[in-house]
Amino acid sequence: MSVLVNKDSKVIVQGFTGKEGSFHASQMIAYGTNVVGGVTPGKGGQSHLERPVFNTVSDAVKETGADVSIIFVPPAFAADSIMEAADAGIKVIVCITEGIPVKDMVTVKEYITDKDCTLIGPNCPGVMTAGEAKVGIMPGFIFNPGPVGIVSKSGTLTYEAVDQVTKVGLGQTTAIGIGGDPIIGTSMKDAIQLLMADEDTKGIIMIGEIGGNMEAEAAQWIKAHGTKPVVGFIAGETAPKGRTMGHAGAIVGGADDTAQAKKAIMRDCGIHVVDSPADIGTKIAELLK
Amino acid sequence: MNLHEFQGKEILNSYGVNIQRGYVATTPDEAVAAAEKLQAETGTGWWVVKAQVHAGGRGKGGGVKLAKSLDEVRERAAQIIGMDLVTPQTSAAGKRVHQVLIAEDVYYPGPSETNEIYMSVLLNRQKGCNMIMYSTEGGMDIEEVAEKTPHLIFTEDIDPKTGLLPFQARRIAFNLGMEGAAFKEMVKFVTSLYNAYDGIDASLFEINPVLKTSDDKVLAVDAKVSLDDNGLFRHKDYAAMRDIREEDPTEVEAGDAGLNFVKLDGNVGCMVNGAGLAMATMDIIKMAGGNPANFLDVGGTADAKRVETGFRIIMQDENVKAILVNIFGGIVRCDRVAQGVVDAYKNIGSINIPIIVRLQGTNAEEAKKIIDESGLKVHSAIQLKEAAQLVKDLVK
Repeated sequence: MSVLVNKDSKVIVQGFTGKEGSFHASQMIAYGTNVVGGVTPGKGGQSHLERPVFNTVSDAVKETGADVSIIFVPPAFAADSIMEAADAGIKVIVCITEGIPVKDMVTVKEYITDKDCTLIGPNCPGVMTAGEAKVGIMPGFIFNPGPVGIVSKSGTLTYEAVDQVTKVGLGQTTAIGIGGDPIIGTSMKDAIQLLMADEDTKGIIMIGEIGGNMEAEAAQWIKAHGTKPVVGFIAGETAPKGRTMGHAGAIVGGADDTAQAKKAIMRDCGIHVVDSPADIGTKIAELLK
Repeated sequence: MNLHEFQGKEILNSYGVNIQRGYVATTPDEAVAAAEKLQAETGTGWWVVKAQVHAGGRGKGGGVKLAKSLDEVRERAAQIIGMDLVTPQTSAAGKRVHQVLIAEDVYYPGPSETNEIYMSVLLNRQKGCNMIMYSTEGGMDIEEVAEKTPHLIFTEDIDPKTGLLPFQARRIAFNLGMEGAAFKEMVKFVTSLYNAYDGIDASLFEINPVLKTSDDKVLAVDAKVSLDDNGLFRHKDYAAMRDIREEDPTEVEAGDAGLNFVKLDGNVGCMVNGAGLAMATMDIIKMAGGNPANFLDVGGTADAKRVETGFRIIMQDENVKAILVNIFGGIVRCDRVAQGVVDAYKNIGSINIPIIVRLQGTNAEEAKKIIDESGLKVHSAIQLKEAAQLVKDLVK
């Protein structure tokens, strides 16, 4: 078991023939992900990376039975690509693209509310189920199948956690990079709910950062419904107020979205918060002993 | 991207939002000419001279002054232009004022009392929609209002499917206690304000105060307008309004080189790939007894050229006593980054402060070897814990 993606997922790549799409699609294929084709409008009928290219997502779904899509389309067109995937009946949509205007994401969020799909991202490293499927840009070699589920707003910090978990002799079920934008498809709470319900996941790592209230919302849910140990880390204790720290959503607005405030709420809710990101791996190992 | 008050007002006005009118001036002579022009157009007999800098609390720092004659306009403008304005939102050194807005007096006496209101438009991140936040307590620091009298702050969420609906605009006007002509004016004000927000890819409007005048007009006396950087490709004309004099020069230089840099006031510089890891690295520096001097995300590639630019930018700050490079090599190979660090170090020539390089991920061992055998004064580490310990040893 695992969540969102596994070895049976049929994955298509939107923005398949572009530079980013090509590079990461070949990495995904090399990891063993079942990539069944791709979409680039105007290039339908061609073949790329020994897989068919389609003009539209609905064509791709019809021909291949794809149920997962990963999007590497430039920011000006990415919102449209997400909605096209949702319209075509794709169940899990992973959007890697960074820099989508907030206004476009407000529209997307509204559009997908009554669609049967889960959007991960945008501005995220994707979703990775160890040993089964890589639907993202995470480095595959640091993963090892095991009992730990990981949810994170950040890319390299996810890799850090994954690597530490592998180094302490454990491994991962699924790592979900939810993204660092102000509006994202799957919240930290949503992702944690998925991992709590997954029987192979025995412990969870949640990595947040300054800005917004997703960590607090997830923590309250864990307090009420959690059944597994959760290790938490929040980046940005030293970030100044009112400045955007790389991720568009990483900005301290008031007293409630500082790293200190989030950590306090998480501790109150029974989450094992580590102050140093270097301690994430040892902490989860200690809890799962 | 932040705009000046006069730029924000100009955009709002183009969407039909009533504003306090004015003209920009960069010299006392221009200020007087602007005042005369404004008098001819509006009949105003008094003027307000307002410093145009990207910081709130300008009045508290002496950057907003009333002038009751043209001589006073000249005098006030001469005082304000060129000053280093210190406000609660600037550093202790303040911000240099390059231009002033000469604005009409809108607090003139009339049949009714004037009334100052607070209004902002922003994203409700939790609900994924825009919202209008407003309060009867205008002209004050809204954070203070939120703390002392939270019941006087109202919000109206906007459904993305419909946009602002007429009944919502009416509700806002009623809640603000508007009557008669002022009520109609307020409904129009709110409606056009929201249209502007939606039309220009804004990320924040803060109008404090919105003034109901003594003759029942409603207008924006101040305007803080921020645009969504990611939406600027649709608005080339607004993008051209950027005033880089308002930004930190090193941050501008870093931005031009494609690096994401925020200057802080600590003593340990850092260079990291990825925003989350960059913030976490700053936290590690603090825990090790140092203080982060910056946030710097070099991005996914972290090649020699970017690393070199990063080093140069960090070292412009004389307070920096050590630099921690923290790279998690996923797609990018650590040995390449290590070679980049060595090359950058040699190209710069003299680096007088210790550098700690932590490379983890693909080919981390080879990378450590390259650093250790380079003969340079660079400390290497693979585990995050080791890097933290090195920082601790060096900042002691």
